[in-house]
Amino acid sequence: MRFYRALLHLYPASFRAEYSQQMCAVFAERQTSWLAASWDVLRNAPAVHWDILRQDLRYTARTLGRARGFTAVAILVLALGIGANTAVFSVTDYVLIRPLPFPSADRLVKVWENLPGYREMELSPADYRDWKKLNTVFDDMAAVATGSVNLVGEGTPERIEAASVTGNLFAVLGVKPLLGRPIISADDQPGAPLTAVISYALWQKAFGGDPGVLGRKVNLDGTSYVVIGIMPAQFGFPDQRVELWMPFQFTESAYSDRNNNYLEGVARLRPGVSLPQARANLTLVAGQLRRQFPKELENTGATVNALHDELSDQSRLLILALSGAALCVLLIACTNLANLLLARALSRHKELAVRTALGAGRERLVRQLVTESMVLSLLGGVLGVFLAYLALPILTRLVPSLPVPGVPSIDLRVLCFGGIVTALTGIGFGTLPALRVSRDSDFKGLREGSRAGTGRKSSLRSALILIEVTLSMVLLISAGLLLRALISIQSVDPGFRTDGVLTLQTALPLPKYDLVAKRTAFYRQVLSQVHALPGVSDAAYISFLPMTMGGGIWPVDIDGKTLDRAVGHSASLRFITPGFFSTLQIPLRAGRNMNESDAQDRPQVAVVSDSFARRYLPGESPLGHHFKFAYYDRTIVGVVGDVRVRGLERSSEPQVYLPYQQVPDGYFPFYIPKDLAIRTSGNPGQLLPAVWRIVRNADPEQPISNVRTLAEIVQTNTAPRSVQVRIIVAFAALALLLAGIGIHGLLSFSVSNRSSEIAVRVALGAQPRDILRIVLQQSLVLAAAGVLLGLTLAYAAGQAMRALLVGVTPGDPATFLIAAALCLLMTAAGSLAPSLRAIRVDPITALRAD
Amino acid sequence: MSTPTKDPLPQTFLPLPAATLHILMAVAEGDRHGYAIIQDVEVRTGGELKLSAGTLYRSIQRMLEQGLLVETRERPAPELDDERRRYYRITPLGAAVAKAEATRLAKLVRWARGMGFAPAKA
Repeated sequence: MRFYRALLHLYPASFRAEYSQQMCAVFAERQTSWLAASWDVLRNAPAVHWDILRQDLRYTARTLGRARGFTAVAILVLALGIGANTAVFSVTDYVLIRPLPFPSADRLVKVWENLPGYREMELSPADYRDWKKLNTVFDDMAAVATGSVNLVGEGTPERIEAASVTGNLFAVLGVKPLLGRPIISADDQPGAPLTAVISYALWQKAFGGDPGVLGRKVNLDGTSYVVIGIMPAQFGFPDQRVELWMPFQFTESAYSDRNNNYLEGVARLRPGVSLPQARANLTLVAGQLRRQFPKELENTGATVNALHDELSDQSRLLILALSGAALCVLLIACTNLANLLLARALSRHKELAVRTALGAGRERLVRQLVTESMVLSLLGGVLGVFLAYLALPILTRLVPSLPVPGVPSIDLRVLCFGGIVTALTGIGFGTLPALRVSRDSDFKGLREGSRAGTGRKSSLRSALILIEVTLSMVLLISAGLLLRALISIQSVDPGFRTDGVLTLQTALPLPKYDLVAKRTAFYRQVLSQVHALPGVSDAAYISFLPMTMGGGIWPVDIDGKTLDRAVGHSASLRFITPGFFSTLQIPLRAGRNMNESDAQDRPQVAVVSDSFARRYLPGESPLGHHFKFAYYDRTIVGVVGDVRVRGLERSSEPQVYLPYQQVPDGYFPFYIPKDLAIRTSGNPGQLLPAVWRIVRNADPEQPISNVRTLAEIVQTNTAPRSVQVRIIVAFAALALLLAGIGIHGLLSFSVSNRSSEIAVRVALGAQPRDILRIVLQQSLVLAAAGVLLGLTLAYAAGQAMRALLVGVTPGDPATFLIAAALCLLMTAAGSLAPSLRAIRVDPITALRAD
Repeated sequence: MSTPTKDPLPQTFLPLPAATLHILMAVAEGDRHGYAIIQDVEVRTGGELKLSAGTLYRSIQRMLEQGLLVETRERPAPELDDERRRYYRITPLGAAVAKAEATRLAKLVRWARGMGFAPAKA
């Protein structure tokens, strides 16, 4: 019998209370077998639950249908909370959580050199070869370098992103082509036939998806390569932009210079080897080489990162901050709804008391109330996921380039997340009010009328408001800090004028343009014809425009003193054509500009930046000074203003500009000027067709790529940040609004509850001022407590995202003050209507109604 | 829990689950407690249908809510009574619903017989 009684617990409590005794009696009289009894309970208990659920759903539909305004507000609030979290999760999942699309991806690592001041620096081929040989922790180690090549002969000449890879890269990643074969070790031997593997996208775009492309020769930068493989659509490495892979063919001379760093190391850990073990081993290897090559490798160490974590701290922090903000919004939405439901439940006190009187147990009431909140959250969840779907294109702009296919989307994982959030939300905001209300649902409700249940429940409601105000403060301050950081970054002077400049790339292929003379002819023809276009005031070429390339850094030896690049004695190297400074309007501070007479056979000259002069030649006139830089001794002939080469947020190395004709033949292929900048008084975009014709005139096989304005380049620099700030500001505004509604609700409720008390006070001679004080005291105390709590938490949040707060301290007093003021203003706004209502209480009417 | 204010049409309950019709038939002869209903059904069907406790009380709960049954306060003489028992009585709506269901089934059997599916009338 005890077993049967226990089994009966599978039935709802209300059913048990009603029938368990009789069922036990039947069980005893019929002498039912255990098996049959168990089967009977297992069959019928779910059906009884379902009966009750159906009943509750019908009841819910009726009650929610009657309170349409409440229902709409609740669903909208929930949709915003759930939508924000679902959208942000889809980005977080895509960028931070989801495993990379390679077999045993957790064993893949990125390998870098490091120097004081440079945590991740590319490897030189010599170091790559030695690290690969000496380490004991990798199954294998490969290297890759990205760049771009001109694809000619397949329709319009096109510039495509390409990667040079060692023969073992595909094996290390564990990927196979869709068609053909991958690049293998035999391909990267000097003298082996030149081969290329293409991406699925390029296969479709340039070759119309023709499988016959395998074995065909294609012209890349003027050299012929045989297509040997086509990768599957989802493959992209090192990131999705790369459309073509070709093998390195290092000759012995490639290994001669240990300071020629351009390889990204990729390795697969041996099974069972941990990341710290790999780091320790590579540090050992780096130390061994440092002792062997003390001059070249002074201070050089090794960095090993899991491939999955290979993401800038900033990208990670941007997304984490956003996740935190979205969570705050959800919590505020939940607290607000808990409050709304509590208020509603209290106003339904009579109804609940009647139901209790008619025999509904506490469990039935809780069940009913939880069903209502679950229905609300389910509807809110569906709308929220839809909102997330609409918001995703904006959030996608936060995603850095990754070796992951596609873009974040609302897929099964995201839907599951949305479902879990919805369920938790429904339970979270529904259960508390339901338990609290049902506890008091007895005949008191009938006796006391509308004033039932003030004391304890009003303190619960106050606690909920406190949470709302606190979270709003955290969001407001975080948003304020990030906004101030964005403003301070955007107000940084880049060192050049961005308006009215069109930029594009014409990357001249080698060996076709191996010789300076050949390139000079191309540049001169293009630049002179561009100059002649109406509205164009200046045009020039440079190796890399500011903010498009962070690298190209070389050590500086000044006046014969050898300086160590490890302690920051370095400068960025750019080759330019005359007119570059005037095109970007970089001011000339001293000396002269570059000119056409700085030719190949003339003395090697350089124009340096202000910061170069300050750092390396303090207190002297830099003009006429010599320094050794990028293999040659060079004379300073001019000084120009500083430029933010690495972008607005990061400090940049001093800059050295060299004349385009002094790129030595056969050297520095990476630095051959390819970025064209054109300053015009008109609309930069309208120049493009004419420039296209001019380039085609100069070389019909020469593609144009990366067309954008200089202003766009600068904007792109802060785009993820400004998207993030906009979203967080929107979240904060939403939080403030919700908290305001919460305070309004609390006060309205308490004023209507205390109307007779107020009436008595008025009758006894209290002035409106006194009444106002009584009402406002409640909200102001809550707001002040919330603001104080919020300040503390926000300071902690600010510390956590310190890396994002460029130019602002986490305790920025102005931001804190403004946020506190906004919170108090919101409290005042929320209190306004209830306070007025309190003042207008007519003692006679209020007391008579009582 | 919800008490219907106006009786709905009997037809809206059709078709009835077999257990429901059997329970209605059992209580049609007089007030019955749960175990008596089970025994009644068993006897009437010659042991073919043995209602389990779960099925019985689930049906009773639903029928009470639908207004097909009521619980009655009249109890037998104390020496015949067991205080754990509850007694159920058929309502006019319950009787109307049972009748409507029987009519529906009779019609169904007539049509089936017309198709040669059922044995001829005894």
